[in-house]
Amino acid sequence: MANVMTAVQDREDQLIEQYGFDDHFHEHEHGDKFKSNFIMKYIFSMDHKIIARQFLITGMIWALIGAGMSIIFRLQLGFPEESLTWLRPLLGKWIEVNPDTGIGKLAPEFYYALVTMHGTIIVFFVLTAGLSGTFSNLLIPLQLGARDMASPLLNMMSYWFFFLASIVMFYSLFLSTGPFSGGWVAYPPLSALEQASDGSGAGMTLWILSLVFFVISVGLGGINYVTTVLNLRTKGMSMWRMPLTIWAFFVTAILGLLSFPVLVSGFLLLMADRSLGTSFYLSEIFIGGQQLDHVGGSPILYQHLFWFLGHPEVYIIILPAMGLTSEVLSVHCRKPIFGYKAMVYSILAIGFLSFIVWAHHMFMSGVNPFISNFFVIFTLIIAVPSAVKVFNWITTIYKSNLRYNTASMFAIGFVSMFISGGLTGIFLGNSAIDIQMHDTYFVVAHFHIVMGVAAFFGMFAGVYHWYPKMFGRFMNETMGKIHFWGTLIGAYAIFWPMHYLGMAGVPRRYYRFDNFDTFSHFSEMNQFITIAAIVTFGFQVLMFVNFFYSIWKGKQVTTKNPWGASTLEWTTPINAGHGNWPGKLPTVHRWAYDYGKNGEEMIPQVEPLRDGETEDH
Amino acid sequence: MDLSINENIGRNKIHPHKFAVWVGCGSILMMFASLTSAYVVRQSAGNWLEFSLPSIFKVSTLVILLSSLTLHFAYSAFKKEKEAQYKGLLVLTFVLAIMFFVFQYWGWQELAASGVPFTINPSGDFVYIITWFHAAHVVGGLAALTVALIHAFGLKFKPTPKRKLRFELTLTYWHFVDFLWVYLFVFLTLYR
Repeated sequence: MANVMTAVQDREDQLIEQYGFDDHFHEHEHGDKFKSNFIMKYIFSMDHKIIARQFLITGMIWALIGAGMSIIFRLQLGFPEESLTWLRPLLGKWIEVNPDTGIGKLAPEFYYALVTMHGTIIVFFVLTAGLSGTFSNLLIPLQLGARDMASPLLNMMSYWFFFLASIVMFYSLFLSTGPFSGGWVAYPPLSALEQASDGSGAGMTLWILSLVFFVISVGLGGINYVTTVLNLRTKGMSMWRMPLTIWAFFVTAILGLLSFPVLVSGFLLLMADRSLGTSFYLSEIFIGGQQLDHVGGSPILYQHLFWFLGHPEVYIIILPAMGLTSEVLSVHCRKPIFGYKAMVYSILAIGFLSFIVWAHHMFMSGVNPFISNFFVIFTLIIAVPSAVKVFNWITTIYKSNLRYNTASMFAIGFVSMFISGGLTGIFLGNSAIDIQMHDTYFVVAHFHIVMGVAAFFGMFAGVYHWYPKMFGRFMNETMGKIHFWGTLIGAYAIFWPMHYLGMAGVPRRYYRFDNFDTFSHFSEMNQFITIAAIVTFGFQVLMFVNFFYSIWKGKQVTTKNPWGASTLEWTTPINAGHGNWPGKLPTVHRWAYDYGKNGEEMIPQVEPLRDGETEDH
Repeated sequence: MDLSINENIGRNKIHPHKFAVWVGCGSILMMFASLTSAYVVRQSAGNWLEFSLPSIFKVSTLVILLSSLTLHFAYSAFKKEKEAQYKGLLVLTFVLAIMFFVFQYWGWQELAASGVPFTINPSGDFVYIITWFHAAHVVGGLAALTVALIHAFGLKFKPTPKRKLRFELTLTYWHFVDFLWVYLFVFLTLYR
């Protein structure tokens, strides 16, 4: 095996030397000025590979915080009678201890703050920045044969704006009034009136500030990704030869650039309502018998602006996971991805449709039912490209020589989760069924499986697969497999029962259910979900241990192309410096998925077409 | 370090940095598109004060259009290496840019004086917010113009490709905020 790998590697080096494009990069550079000292190398780095690692590790820390919050509120939901006094060292005054009985309870307002922060953190900081930020940065230049992004400076700023957003949000957790607690969607009037709740004052101010920094980060990153994909592809890398990862990141970046600015506009009007006394979102409101000054605003307007971002946002989360899954599956199945062009067209179709379905989040907000019909139809049409993708993944796996390693298992897990969660989307996308289902645990189950767990699975597949490229070592396979099985079973154990809760009408966002006779028989199910959540969280801690252990102690990568993949990132040295290729830039002669063609196990993209060979896809 | 090596291959018709500015402008445009759509949606909901736009906005429209023109000619002069003309037109552009802010300020004052102060009705508030937000983006253009001025008068005149590119980036963004104002002006005039 090792000999074969070395032979492949030598062959690739030869090909780059023979056909590569000499851009005189290293003559111009005069030593890499960006690596002159520790600060420029590891902190304010402009190397896309370092920035990718910065995004990943920051995202992982946020994932731990965000998931940890869910454990705390799950404890409340599963065991509302138990004392949580033992959490006082961590949460302080948010555990209210009854002086007579000594029983500590999670403060109800802090429960809402936890739910809000959990959503904000996971959606934006983990699954947007941590997922597309990491892998777009890592793979776009590497897989396209570019030295770096179009603007390394903007790229660095993109990370540091994300960092700034992180600091502001993290700081808001420690306010005496608590962080924002009006739900991650920040609907007015809860988000617009400071007196609406404890978290609506300073907590909301910092929340909105943090998200504005975050949007700047997404914007700077997105501009770079789009420009790099369109302008810096190496010779021979036509659009139709790009790996599906790049197609996914490209469309993701476009979605981000078109939808996040709309969120900023929504926030702009919200800030005016909060601080300047306008009434864009605030109608006539009475508090304690006193009428506020606001007249004639419409909270629905905010919902339109929010969901015009909010719906593309779920595809900003899921498309990169889809791209990673496609690539990982194809490499480890040793088969070309089935229906490459269909995959690309599906990505484009999903990207387009994501902009005309936003009001399906608002069926119960009082939008005109006739307008709802329009949104129902387009929502259901999204099932078509999604089903095409699922069909192609399954067909790629079918009768393949699948290598059962952690990366490929997570990729298959992604497909499983995407099917399970996608099917319930068809129910929720229907405005008539939504009358019963909206704001219940059915919704919670749906979106956690389809964009939470599935996106995490895609991300894990990516992390395990590209870890050798990022750190020059492998992650531990045994721990990886335990992580996979624990997460797969655990995630289903958490979210599957929630469908039943939802169908019975159990509403989401409630602090406790034991006062409702209707829902009292679900208390054991809620306990089960909580226990499953805690156990699953434990498996993620294992992943953390594996990740950081392997950075220093993992099995070293000895060949450039350990997975035998055809794409360009594996033709760079194991620990590539800034500029990625030590000599010439590789040139590309074929698409990214020549596995098992004409009896050859894999033909790299740098290999010219043989005599009489046709490029097929 | 210039990483835009691939333009040497000859496939690229546009410099990557310039393309990035275009993409960024598209993104900014989405912000204003969403604000104007919010305007239309809110207007259809009623309780909408009717008033006409301050007439001074017409003057500021002319001023910013003119500034685009002068900057364009400054760029042509730069390319033709006519140093005095280039510097003069650049200064003129900068003055016109400042004048744009002055006229906008007078416009807001005229609007408030005509009985539509801030926070009286969403119809007026939209005009204030949208024009303020546009002005904030013109400040970015002004910053770019300031840098261009510093380069013009601080450095020795030399039309290198790098400086030409930098000028083009400034020019593109300035044309963009100009176009943006024209769009907003026409929109706000028509949708009363």
